[in-house]
Amino acid sequence: MSPPTSGPAVAGPSFPGDPVTGELASSAPGPFGPGAEGGRRGQGRLGDRLFGGAALGSGLTVVLLVTLIGVFLVSQALPALARNQANFFTSTEWVVSGDSPRFGIARLLWVTVLSSLMALAIAVPLGMAVALFLTQYAPRWLARPAAGAVDLLAAVPSIVFGLWGLRVLGPLTGGTQDFLRDHLGFIPLFSAGSVSSTTTIFLAGIVLAIMILPIITALSRDVFNQTPTTHKEAALALGATRWEMIRTAVLPFGKPGVISASMLGLGRALGETVAVMMLVSSLPAGSAWSWSLFGGGETFASKIALGAGEFDTPEKTGAYIAAGLVLFVLTFIVNAIARVVIERRKAFTE
Amino acid sequence: MAKRIDISDLSIYYGAFKAVEDVTMSVPPRSVTAFIGPSGCGKSTVLRTLNRMHEVIPGARVEGKVLLDGQDLYGSGVDPVAVRRTIGMVFQRPNPFPTMTIRDNVVAGLRLNGVRDKKRLDEITEQSLRGANLWNEVKDRLDKPGAGLSGGQQQRLCIARAIAVSPEVLLMDEPCSALDPISTLAIEDLINDLKTRFTIVIVTHNMQQAARVSDQTAFFNLAATGKPGKLVEMDSTSTIFNNPSLKATEDYISGRFG
Ligand SMILES: Nc1ncnc2c1ncn2[C@@H]1O[C@H](COP(=O)(O)OP(=O)(O)OP(=O)(O)O)[C@@H](O)[C@H]1O
Ligand SMILES: [Mg+2]
Repeated sequence: MSPPTSGPAVAGPSFPGDPVTGELASSAPGPFGPGAEGGRRGQGRLGDRLFGGAALGSGLTVVLLVTLIGVFLVSQALPALARNQANFFTSTEWVVSGDSPRFGIARLLWVTVLSSLMALAIAVPLGMAVALFLTQYAPRWLARPAAGAVDLLAAVPSIVFGLWGLRVLGPLTGGTQDFLRDHLGFIPLFSAGSVSSTTTIFLAGIVLAIMILPIITALSRDVFNQTPTTHKEAALALGATRWEMIRTAVLPFGKPGVISASMLGLGRALGETVAVMMLVSSLPAGSAWSWSLFGGGETFASKIALGAGEFDTPEKTGAYIAAGLVLFVLTFIVNAIARVVIERRKAFTE
Repeated sequence: MAKRIDISDLSIYYGAFKAVEDVTMSVPPRSVTAFIGPSGCGKSTVLRTLNRMHEVIPGARVEGKVLLDGQDLYGSGVDPVAVRRTIGMVFQRPNPFPTMTIRDNVVAGLRLNGVRDKKRLDEITEQSLRGANLWNEVKDRLDKPGAGLSGGQQQRLCIARAIAVSPEVLLMDEPCSALDPISTLAIEDLINDLKTRFTIVIVTHNMQQAARVSDQTAFFNLAATGKPGKLVEMDSTSTIFNNPSLKATEDYISGRFG
């Protein structure tokens, strides 16, 4: 965090756009313009060096930034955690003011994971189905506009999704939620909750699913499109129907891509703030623990956003930052898994 | 098992482009027929229309008739999927399913046909791999991925996969062009064995290969680029190679082409 170390590093390549393109542009006429062979090569090497340096610099900057964020979060969270009177991981309380704060993330973690997993459970099959339709079934005149429409979903701001979920989807899914609760209520996940059906985790799960649908669809579409023709023809020549061809050639080829797309979608769902904050009712302090999808609560992100009014002392802020740190680690793990899967796939196709 | 093929007045289009014009020929059962001719004259195109694989390409269509033992492959109500189950195909590049084991590759077609009986699948796996001259090389690693084999082994695996479903006809589009001479010879031997059971049509750029493996040879040519390809001459392989009736055929075979 100290300005002397971060200062120069950030000032140089942290905005690679302007200075770097400027330098490349000025050296670009070299190789093509008039000049001796030696001069050209020298400039070419200079360009290489500049580009290499800029790339290295940007890379280091990113690593540095992530490290700094981590250091910042830990350093802010530690004092608050030291004063915490409750178990940070198992407590469901959240009292950060006063001399003996008691706060824990159990409820936040559950609501975050539950809503995100529900979003994933809906968005992955749906996204795959849409991607398969667009790449394998849809005629060309339909595939492009339809793909564009799905991509457009990604441009809808969270707040609009929040409003829409609240005003439209909530009333619309009320019946479904009642049905599930009445018939599957013996499963803790579907037991009766304490909040109205327009403000449940269930509803947030659906809205999150729609929000991560575009990224899952777009990435799945890309990998399905890349299925080598030779694989598809191998299946078709054996007498596979189109669906059988998809099962034997397209899906096995696309599987790692779909997995990493899901992980990216999950990362997005875990961190979504505004829509969840608008949709899910907070529970009163001291509410009994509930596993149900039809309950309320906060996710890490929505809790932090809702708590903004309490950021007046470092101690209180530190509690929220500790929660943020857990979200950071959670998202980091999810992204790391996605990375590993992508790398494995590379090794496999090469 | 093996059936005869009769092609009459077959023209093939890619959209508005007429790629092949007026092909008429007969392929007797249990024989090997070689398609030869310069690049772009439509050999692959004709081959693919014999099991309706061209329909995978948007805009491709045919005029004319292809009869399999008298039954029109393009008749109304004929399912292309059913056609492809009867007429197998081996491609230029070996294309085993990369995520499947050797065993699963061989029985992939049977699984599509709904065969589930483990014992039967194992029997056919062995039979087909023996038929493709691959059994001894892979019998100890049937559960390893098919992609781990050498190119020649992969191609024989693809042949095993194609014959596992007991097709009537086997189409091969330059099956040896990605292989070394030893693997090529192995596959030529294999073709010789297979022709006792199947009707085989093979596209090849290798004149010696055509001479070695085929009973009859069809020479395709095209008048000029952009013009449709045509069947120029077809006869028994010994006639085509020793005593062709057309000068163009003789020129092509003796390498004095173009
Ligand atoms: N998918 C396609 N779309 C449009 N035109 C095609 C397509 N495939 C082939 N053609 C055209 O049809 C003609 C015949 O092609 P084909 O692939 O059958 O030739 P070939 O005799 O197999 O050549 P080669 O020996 O190089 O494999 C060529 O002019 C080619 O450009
Ligand atoms: Mg060809």
